[in-house]
Amino acid sequence: MTITLSGVSKVFGGFTAVHPLDLTIPEGSFFALLGASGCGKTTTLRMIAGLEEPTDGTIRLGDDDITRLPPHKRPVNTVFQNYALFPHLDVAENVAFGLRRRGISSVRKQVEETLELVELGPLAKRKPRQLSGGQQQRVALARALINRPRVLLLDEPLGALDLKLRRQMQLELKRIQTEVGITFVHVTHDQEEAMTMADTVAVMNRGRVVQLGAPDELYENPRSTFAANFLGTSNLIEAEILAVEGAELRLKAVGADSVLRLPVERCAVEEPRAGGKVLVGVRPEKISLTHAADAEDSDASGTIPEGSNVLTGRIRDAGYLGVSLQYVVDSPVCSEFSVYEPNVERDTRLTRGTEVVLHWRPSHTFALDAAQDAEAGTAEEAL
Amino acid sequence: MTAPSVPAPAGTAPPPDRPSPETGSSGGGPETRPRKRLTPYWLLLPAGLWLAVFFVAPFFYQASTSVQSGSLEEGFRVTWAFSNYADALATYGPHFLRSFLYASIATLLCLLIGYPLAYTIAFRAGRWRSLLLVMVIAPFFTSFLIRTLAWKTILSDGGPVVGVLESLHVLDVTALLGLTGDDRLLATPLAVVCGLTYNFLPFMILPLYSSLERIDLSLHEAARDLYAEPATVFRKVTFPLSMPGVVAGTLLTFIPASGDYINAQLLGSPNTQMVGNAIQKQFLNVLDYPAAAAMSFILMAIILVVVTLYMRRTGTEELV
Repeated sequence: MTITLSGVSKVFGGFTAVHPLDLTIPEGSFFALLGASGCGKTTTLRMIAGLEEPTDGTIRLGDDDITRLPPHKRPVNTVFQNYALFPHLDVAENVAFGLRRRGISSVRKQVEETLELVELGPLAKRKPRQLSGGQQQRVALARALINRPRVLLLDEPLGALDLKLRRQMQLELKRIQTEVGITFVHVTHDQEEAMTMADTVAVMNRGRVVQLGAPDELYENPRSTFAANFLGTSNLIEAEILAVEGAELRLKAVGADSVLRLPVERCAVEEPRAGGKVLVGVRPEKISLTHAADAEDSDASGTIPEGSNVLTGRIRDAGYLGVSLQYVVDSPVCSEFSVYEPNVERDTRLTRGTEVVLHWRPSHTFALDAAQDAEAGTAEEAL
Repeated sequence: MTAPSVPAPAGTAPPPDRPSPETGSSGGGPETRPRKRLTPYWLLLPAGLWLAVFFVAPFFYQASTSVQSGSLEEGFRVTWAFSNYADALATYGPHFLRSFLYASIATLLCLLIGYPLAYTIAFRAGRWRSLLLVMVIAPFFTSFLIRTLAWKTILSDGGPVVGVLESLHVLDVTALLGLTGDDRLLATPLAVVCGLTYNFLPFMILPLYSSLERIDLSLHEAARDLYAEPATVFRKVTFPLSMPGVVAGTLLTFIPASGDYINAQLLGSPNTQMVGNAIQKQFLNVLDYPAAAAMSFILMAIILVVVTLYMRRTGTEELV
């Protein structure tokens, strides 16, 4: 069922955790709220669950206004961050808890089926403390799913698991969501987790949704420096708009002579005009490196495709990761240009101190409003 | 949690894949190992000595006294006079009954008063939590005796409490229940039970508080999220999880209350005497040591049986 938040805000004391927020979560979708800790994503989730009362605004589930409904009257269930399993009840009774509260007495079959769904059948009689983290996570999921909620809320459900188990559970959650067809709202600070699982991701920062869209859309076309830096890595260059030529923008990077180009629709600035300042961005894996000698050599023409955006630089650091090669390049326009090259045809001359030419397609370039912190979202990503 | 657990002496059976101290010659130093093994015993030593001097020795001494016969002038001798036990029960049966009745009522009252208070301190007190806890234990700053004497003044005939209760006709109701009489509070069963409740209340509140305080608040949220109304959250989650505190609190209240004699002596009358008063009288006034010792052992045995049955029933070992 569609969840609609209209103007929902939350103030704790003098601190605004969530600024007035409008959000529509379509039925049957896997929706992720992504952001660093303290960005208001968990508060938003708790308001949908009814565990936190909004300071202002309304929350609707389908056509029903559920803003003031206590949690036990909402057709919504939550998987808590620390699982919150009842330690005095065994797995089966934990899972049956919601059914029993609604006065359903013959729960055995449903409990069995649900435990089957999360592959925990044989552990029904165990106590939660006798289970591993991953198993507890599945119990928490089963305990919520058995109630067939209209919406399932997941609060950092994989945060306590190790990397390998997390990957496995990501796929599992996605499988279960497809199988049961319930709307999932997933809160996470892990961008990879959000991108793997969700159909729609809302990136939150300081109590506001910065950008909302499909994972690929967010990654390819960030509209703010926070989105550009928080989701993956971006190289951002200060530039000045030289001209708007039809569907194309021509820019000059500050500190370099070369002219950069990009499609107008990939510019986040409304009505760009000549003389305006922007931040030009490009993802590290979109960039190719060519040895400076090859670039000048006319015989080697073709290594740099016609019409590419081109910058020069010197390799400061080169790392061999097996599947890819990572370079940090010093350039007059940006002191730390990240470049990821797939390990296909490796140019072994590209070592520290080598002069190189960086080039990428104009269509892989995006531009952001220069009146914002170019570093926003970089520190948070490390969390 | 209340079941005493004896720490397993570490290293009595060395792991099979390690060289034993006798044969082991590899670097680790065979000398250090026996000392390490003894460490737990050294740590147990002070408590062990304390128990030996103040519990085991008096226990056997009193056990032998309880089967002696004779008189103060001729001296007491062990004659295996088990009739002391039968005589004690025959003479002081009502005292035993009264002791356990008063102690049970006081324990129940402590639970009824203490649980809401402990719950409030644990979940609702916020920044007042520490202050409230200090207030719970503040009475300990004054002697038990002084406080009970103060109750004597508070409940005295013609005092304000009696006056108020009389004008509200509360005393008529309690008189009908046989708890008070003659428009008095002092020297009635009610006064003794009130004194016991008052004096042992902190022993109920503190264990309750500590087990409630350990409950993860997200469990309450999870229960509410899973369709439990507030009352159901308490019945199905909070109360079961606080059972260790309930058991510890009731034991810490019931056991000392059933052996108490100060409250009955200061606030009661000859008709409200508990077994503690009888033992005290035999030991200190009548000087019939064997009878006093026999009564002590009967009291101990009954408490042991009651506590064992109670703990079986509540099955606390099943809990976290």
